Amino acid sequence: MVEIQRMGRRVLQGIGWALLGAGALAGCAARSPSVLAPVSPKGRAEAELFWFIVAITAAVFVLVEALLLYAIFRFRARDPQAIPPQIHGNNALEISWTTATALGLALIFAMTWRTMAATARPPSDALPVKVIGHQWWWEFQYPTLGITTANELVIPVGRAVRAEVTSKDVIHSFWVPQLGGKMDAIPGRENVLWLQADIEGVYYGQCAELCGISHANMRLRVRAVPAAEFDRWVEAQRAPATPPTDPLAQQGFQVFMGKACVGCHTIAGTKAQGQVGPDLTHVGSRSIIAGGLLENTPENLARWLDNPPAIKPGSLMPRLNLTPQEIQALVAYLSSLK
Amino acid sequence: MTSQAAAMLQIYERRGLLSWLTTVDHKRIGILYILGAGLFALIGGLEALLIRTQLAVPNNRVLVGDAYNQVLTMHGTTMVFLVVMPVLAGLGNYVVPLMIGARDMAYPRLNAFGVWMFLLGGLFLNLSFLLGGAPNAGWFGYAPLTEKTFAPGAGIDFWILGLQLLGISSITSSINFVATILLLRAPGLTLNRLPLFAWTTLVTAFLILFAMPSISAALFLLFLDRHLGTHFFNPAAGGDPLLWQHLFWFFGHPEVYIMILPAMGIVSEVLPVFSRKPLFGYTAVAYSSVAIGFIGFTVWAHHMFAVGLPPVVNAFFSAASMLVAVPTAIKVFNWIGTLWGGSIRLRTPFLFAAAFVALFVIGGLSGLFLAAVPVDWQVTDTYFVVAHFHYTLFGGSMFAIVAGIYYWFPKITGRFLDERLGRLHFALQFIGFNLTFFPMHFLGLMGMPRRIYTYAPGLGWEGLNLLATVGAFVLALGFGVFLVNIARSLVAGAPAPADPWDGHTLEWLTASPPPPYNFERIPVVHSRRPAWDRKYTGNPHPRPAGAAVVPEAPEGNGPSGEGDAPAEPIHLPAPSPWPLVIAAGLTLFALGLVTHWAFLIPGLLLFAIGLARWAAEPLFPESSGAHSGT
Repeated sequence: MVEIQRMGRRVLQGIGWALLGAGALAGCAARSPSVLAPVSPKGRAEAELFWFIVAITAAVFVLVEALLLYAIFRFRARDPQAIPPQIHGNNALEISWTTATALGLALIFAMTWRTMAATARPPSDALPVKVIGHQWWWEFQYPTLGITTANELVIPVGRAVRAEVTSKDVIHSFWVPQLGGKMDAIPGRENVLWLQADIEGVYYGQCAELCGISHANMRLRVRAVPAAEFDRWVEAQRAPATPPTDPLAQQGFQVFMGKACVGCHTIAGTKAQGQVGPDLTHVGSRSIIAGGLLENTPENLARWLDNPPAIKPGSLMPRLNLTPQEIQALVAYLSSLK
Repeated sequence: MTSQAAAMLQIYERRGLLSWLTTVDHKRIGILYILGAGLFALIGGLEALLIRTQLAVPNNRVLVGDAYNQVLTMHGTTMVFLVVMPVLAGLGNYVVPLMIGARDMAYPRLNAFGVWMFLLGGLFLNLSFLLGGAPNAGWFGYAPLTEKTFAPGAGIDFWILGLQLLGISSITSSINFVATILLLRAPGLTLNRLPLFAWTTLVTAFLILFAMPSISAALFLLFLDRHLGTHFFNPAAGGDPLLWQHLFWFFGHPEVYIMILPAMGIVSEVLPVFSRKPLFGYTAVAYSSVAIGFIGFTVWAHHMFAVGLPPVVNAFFSAASMLVAVPTAIKVFNWIGTLWGGSIRLRTPFLFAAAFVALFVIGGLSGLFLAAVPVDWQVTDTYFVVAHFHYTLFGGSMFAIVAGIYYWFPKITGRFLDERLGRLHFALQFIGFNLTFFPMHFLGLMGMPRRIYTYAPGLGWEGLNLLATVGAFVLALGFGVFLVNIARSLVAGAPAPADPWDGHTLEWLTASPPPPYNFERIPVVHSRRPAWDRKYTGNPHPRPAGAAVVPEAPEGNGPSGEGDAPAEPIHLPAPSPWPLVIAAGLTLFALGLVTHWAFLIPGLLLFAIGLARWAAEPLFPESSGAHSGT
């Protein structure tokens, strides 16, 4: 039975790609965060429904366009004065194409309903994660694990995650295409989304609802890691920040605690307890910074600290007019927060 | 011709600026709508080119951040409210009274008020670029992004009040269409014989009347939120951002049908004429428009599948959205049925109308993906949606509008548009359109969201974005050829006779361009194709199948005016400056609310004076006061 379903799916996909003329595009799509390369049960169900509708609509498309083109070329006027037979309609035809359309749509709706029922809620044993949209970065809290992080969501591979999506300011939309459809992050509401990655890897996502100047710069990553690695990561994240040992990093610690940084950012175990910007307790362990815009390298961190709005227009973090020495020291300190 | 008509003619045939500013002639008003929409189309098109230029390559710096959001918002707002709606209102204004054998619209001065309100409202919206920044929250303006906290500038206020002014215009023009089409039809022109363009204009007018109040209320509440401290859409104080979405889309989805139904009407006129056959399945096509109108009000939440509504609600709106495809499919099959067995002349209006069918089918089919909730979760707010609605609104509405312009240009100007330039225009527009928008389906599936001003390299989006940008410039070139064609034809186009296409409907029975009073004697209608039947009496053709059809009476439709209604005194309404004065007053008042309060005073004064003088002015100069209705 499963075999037959799988074969059916392959046939549908084959027909679909062929009709879309997208053989060449498959190459492009391989590099993309494509909804047609899902790695989660929800994403796969959505992609299957997509291919099912492709099969039906492609058939209709070919039929209608062929009839249209045939009619235009077949019935082109040869004698400009000719008056063709004046036909006003045909009730049998009206009834048949109305019924056929309605049946096709009923079929699509039945499949839609089936897929909705299968994917609406995550399984009850799912790992809860609070996903909070901010202008313009993502905050992730693991309420059962006591972890707060930003922009890079780490999840155990193969385990269902119950994302509770909301927003601190305007409406955003949380979307990681390969893990399934999006969910809006609405202030004052909490929407539940079933996330899961059955294959280890890093998955690209970004905000999908216009949320202001830097909507395009509100990106994220989901890193799906094996259970053991996830447990190690959890251990590390739960610890308070390591006090700096390197002299430059110690200098950076002084700069951080003496400047405006503490007003907006939290570093657990220090006096920095700000709630406006991302929690930086383990910022050095993340692969991206600045709303997912930049890889977390010392050079990029320095660029960001020098002038945030130049990298992320409208950024709430202002230009702090730090000296190059201060920036160097801060980079050393922040990078040490593994 | 009566002496009264002759006297009125002198007033009506005046040229010069003042005659245009005070005109109440539906034909001149129609031309003003079309010219205004054309002007705004240039602006909206330029905005589109800016967007495509920015997105041509990753990390581009042509139009960044807020500037991009302003251009994006104004492109959408302009194309919906300042191009497609008014150009359809303009064609309706010009053509519908002629088609139904009326001398003018039911309320000529209200009609003039509507066009001035449109032109000034559009000007007002675009003034925002010069006065501190255009609106920047998208054409749908989701709260709370539009609240003062997140959008402190005047842009959103320009948007709110601009849309209110345009809403006034749409509502007055819709009242006028409803009254005109229901009450001023020629003798014998029953609803069952009404031309399809008039049918769809009628349904559209009802849609506007029911949909527009929803957005007007929402905009009003938003204005209160921004300036008087209410919290309708502010969740922190107990308001609900989703209330905005419901109110907006209760207008916003019918708005889609407001933009497509008259376009379908145009296609339903053009295809039969160039196939030399009656429309196949007239009754089905007419009533499917009504069905689309009704179902169109039950599908709005399919724009909100990702906001977290309960599954049963999502399922209902999913089913309703699929249901609307039934009347749409009925139309498509009937259009093909119209071509079948015809004697098709491949003139430019036909090319654009046939392309409408081909492209609209793609837009309709891609809509099914958006109606299927789980697929919508993936593709909503991506370039797949951008592709989808451009296939319906550009491949659909805009192709039909261009078809309509090629079709009625000889009637309006007395000259043909050039056929060779028309074909070149068609080729460029068709190729450019598909190059621009077809790749966007794939971009959406490959994970590219809408409304982002930039994207990173390495996600596989570069090639298709560049292709879309190239397509946009090909498309722009097509419209360049269109403009050249129009300019050339106005000066040196081949003169067009009264009935250049061997037409079916009443507008082809009068001169090109028509006299101010349209018809000397109102024609009496005995069938769905009164003009055709006058030319081909004695040409035996089968009667319509189907019981719902009123039997036709071909006798008495002779070629030379016999069968027209008896001559009567022609009443034409007098020109009036007051519609323009009132519209100017309202616009100044809105400007006062957004910029400096000093504008409020002249605004109110003009409004009050205009209203008082309008009320005191007799509609027909020869009868002092007796007919002084609107």
